[in-house]
Amino acid sequence: MSIQETTKAALCRLFPDQEPDSPPIEPAGEETEANQAPRRNTIVDQDYATRGFHLDVQLAPEQLPEAARIMFDLGYFLEAITGVDWPTDDQLEAVYDFSRYDFELCRVAIKTRVARNQPHLPTITSVYTGANWHEREAHDFFGIVFDGHPHLIPLLLPEDADFHPLLKDFHA
Amino acid sequence: MSQPIELQQDETFVLNVGPQHPATHGVLRVKMTMDGEYIYNAETVLGYIHRMHEKMAENRTYAQYMPNMGRLDYLSAMAFNHGYALVVERACTIEVPERAEYVRVITVELNRISSHLVWLGAYVLDLGGFTPLMYCFDDREQILDLLESVTGSRLTYCYFRFGGLYNDIDDAFISGTRSFITRMRKELKMYQKLVTGNIILMKRLQGHGLVDRDMCQRYGATGPVARGSGINYDVRRNEPYSIYDRFDFDVPVFHEGDSYARYLVRMEEIEQSLRIIEQALDQLPDGPVNPEKKPKVIKPPAGDYYAAVETARGNFGIRLVSDGTKNAYRLKLRSPTYSNMHLFDEACRGMLIADALAFMGSLDLVIPEIDR
Amino acid sequence: MSLTLFNVILAVVIAISFVGLNAAYLVWAERKGAGLFQRRPGPMENGLWGLLQPPIDGVKLMTKQLLIPGGVDKAVFITAPVLAMFPALVSFVTIPFSDNIIAHPIDVGVLLIFAFAALGSMSLLVAGWSSRNKYSMISSIRAVSQAVAYEIPLMITTITVVMISGSLNLTDIAARQLDGIWAWHIWPFQDDVGFNLLMPISFLVLFVCSVAETNRAPFDLGEAESELVAGFHTEYSSMGFGLFFMGEYANIVIGASLTTVLFLGGWSCPFGDLGFFPLTHNVGWFLLKIYLIIFVFIWIRWTFPRTTIYGLLNLSWKYLIPISLFNLLLTAALLKVF
Repeated sequence: MSIQETTKAALCRLFPDQEPDSPPIEPAGEETEANQAPRRNTIVDQDYATRGFHLDVQLAPEQLPEAARIMFDLGYFLEAITGVDWPTDDQLEAVYDFSRYDFELCRVAIKTRVARNQPHLPTITSVYTGANWHEREAHDFFGIVFDGHPHLIPLLLPEDADFHPLLKDFHA
Repeated sequence: MSQPIELQQDETFVLNVGPQHPATHGVLRVKMTMDGEYIYNAETVLGYIHRMHEKMAENRTYAQYMPNMGRLDYLSAMAFNHGYALVVERACTIEVPERAEYVRVITVELNRISSHLVWLGAYVLDLGGFTPLMYCFDDREQILDLLESVTGSRLTYCYFRFGGLYNDIDDAFISGTRSFITRMRKELKMYQKLVTGNIILMKRLQGHGLVDRDMCQRYGATGPVARGSGINYDVRRNEPYSIYDRFDFDVPVFHEGDSYARYLVRMEEIEQSLRIIEQALDQLPDGPVNPEKKPKVIKPPAGDYYAAVETARGNFGIRLVSDGTKNAYRLKLRSPTYSNMHLFDEACRGMLIADALAFMGSLDLVIPEIDR
Repeated sequence: MSLTLFNVILAVVIAISFVGLNAAYLVWAERKGAGLFQRRPGPMENGLWGLLQPPIDGVKLMTKQLLIPGGVDKAVFITAPVLAMFPALVSFVTIPFSDNIIAHPIDVGVLLIFAFAALGSMSLLVAGWSSRNKYSMISSIRAVSQAVAYEIPLMITTITVVMISGSLNLTDIAARQLDGIWAWHIWPFQDDVGFNLLMPISFLVLFVCSVAETNRAPFDLGEAESELVAGFHTEYSSMGFGLFFMGEYANIVIGASLTTVLFLGGWSCPFGDLGFFPLTHNVGWFLLKIYLIIFVFIWIRWTFPRTTIYGLLNLSWKYLIPISLFNLLLTAALLKVF
């Protein structure tokens, strides 16, 4: 079983209503409407050659720590945490990029969406210590509040910054 | 009487290292809580050179954003060019001509060597040895001259174009690179004698600044930091982008996890880069360096894309979210030193300040890339 | 009476100008030497080969503002650089440049040099303490522990030589070594002692200690610029800094002179006295020897990285002190036997 399938099977535990071996709900690659409508929480296989990553996982915010634990136990390291602002959907998306140290290439993007006016996500610093700075950065740029974060103060922005520059409605 | 230095309740005191300190190589600040010369706790404070490159990406066209890559990591700008070109080419399915791929590899590897040379010089300077810095800059000067002749700039390269290159290399560049390889091999032997085998250096580095595999995974450390901790991870090998699968090179891995292991990884990488350049020069095909058909306006189809390259410091990743317009909707730059630096706070606890600064140097920090 | 006074003034003037000139031009030599080791020419702009660089640097330093940080003890802060320069000057009084060129021969010359060397480390202590800067504070603590650790083997080694020559007078010690190169104390075979294999090692101990005592790389932990910014003189500007700088070079000359007198035969010609000018015992040999030693100082500085404070203390307490103590015992025993 390739690592991509293993990861998929492990993450499928988070989606009890979907069968682990079911084919991807949405076709990989040509999802032009994906940016228009929020897609449902699921796992999508991506074409590595055109996308640059293998698994595209979307889940509910409260599932994040569990998903992070699964990824950690499977030997993934956290590349980055970032946000994407979708004002048309009135949502903020947080993207967690994972990759592997060994030769079984598999890049996983775990995404989750929260309401723009209530951007609260659970922290994963208890699993990945290195998420600390990434979460502080996402807090700086998007105003996402990571509940349970040990030290959520501005990292890259000035200490007194009260603006979030990567939100689409921010104009300097 | 002098006013006394303030002590905290537990008789520790705060030592503010940076943002202007000789060992931090730029505007990095570390608030160290000291117990005598021992570090009790450390907190890194970033952001002194933060320029919000990611917002700039949203306000510029894809081609206009290419020069920003040289400003991220001024020592390894070519690899950052490569990463950005890769993600846009992937999104727009632009084919890169063979010759351009080879020239990309040659320039990136030359740039990697020059970056490692700056690190070597600056690192030994951190340890109090001034002379290797001069030798390293002398060698690096050869690379800068070579790259200047084809790219037009010496440091902040903007050499790559989507699907190709700004400029083709000429025979003078090829012969110059070949003679540089010969010269560098000789110089490497000299560095072995002058620096690597130095008893003071070995005593200061061996067994100090330990980073284990678990810590690497928790912090997402990549590059020489991970390879010095026994992790055989090199994007060029694990995820062969461009044409790196065509070259025969070793990925140096050391299992000690100390500063000396990281030192040895980088020294060995210089030699491996020389091997790659040699092979690329031998295999260099003729042909154009830009594709015949290329979209006039770069408008990647909507969706998200990812590309990663190995810079001199580790895994540089770009996540591009496109909405189908000529500006990026969101562009995330995952810089390697950001994660590598993060583990400093945890790893330096209990170290003496001299060891901690030697450890910090072994992480090979480039602050503009951390702060972006 | 007036002639004695004249002699004293002359001696003081000569000593001060010798120290000053040495300090200034050793900086030049250091920079040229660094250039030599680093594939570059060093200072070239002012005068022939940059020879006017030291006076110009001096003028620059003197015209700069002397900044005194707030909250410091001004008196101590200003005294510290003077304390750094003064002991070096006084120590020159007893250095024998040749059998008749000496400011004032003192019977306990060795003691005088050690007494004032201790005062030198005192200046680092008060400079670091009075600067009210954490880096300076750490630096001065380091400087004192370094001074304590390295003065002990330095003194023990010197006592060994004093035991062999039976005098604390530097002129007498040097005068014992006038019979050509094989009479120097650096060699294992000595009159009265027979064969002591530890003498060359003692010379190395003394040399290492004088590098450490003068705070030179690789033992420059006091200033350790990549750790402690500039250590004890971080807060000093203008001539305050200049005096520390000159004091360092003056101390190097003292260290080199002491090494030369104790182990390398002082002003003696290595071929013995051949009777005609260049090959007779004279001050030229003394200067040649000290500048060779200084060249080695410079060479070492531009070759090695810095040690750490614990590495430095370990070296002293674990190796240098036991070796020098053992040599002292061995020499004492050998003196009884022969």
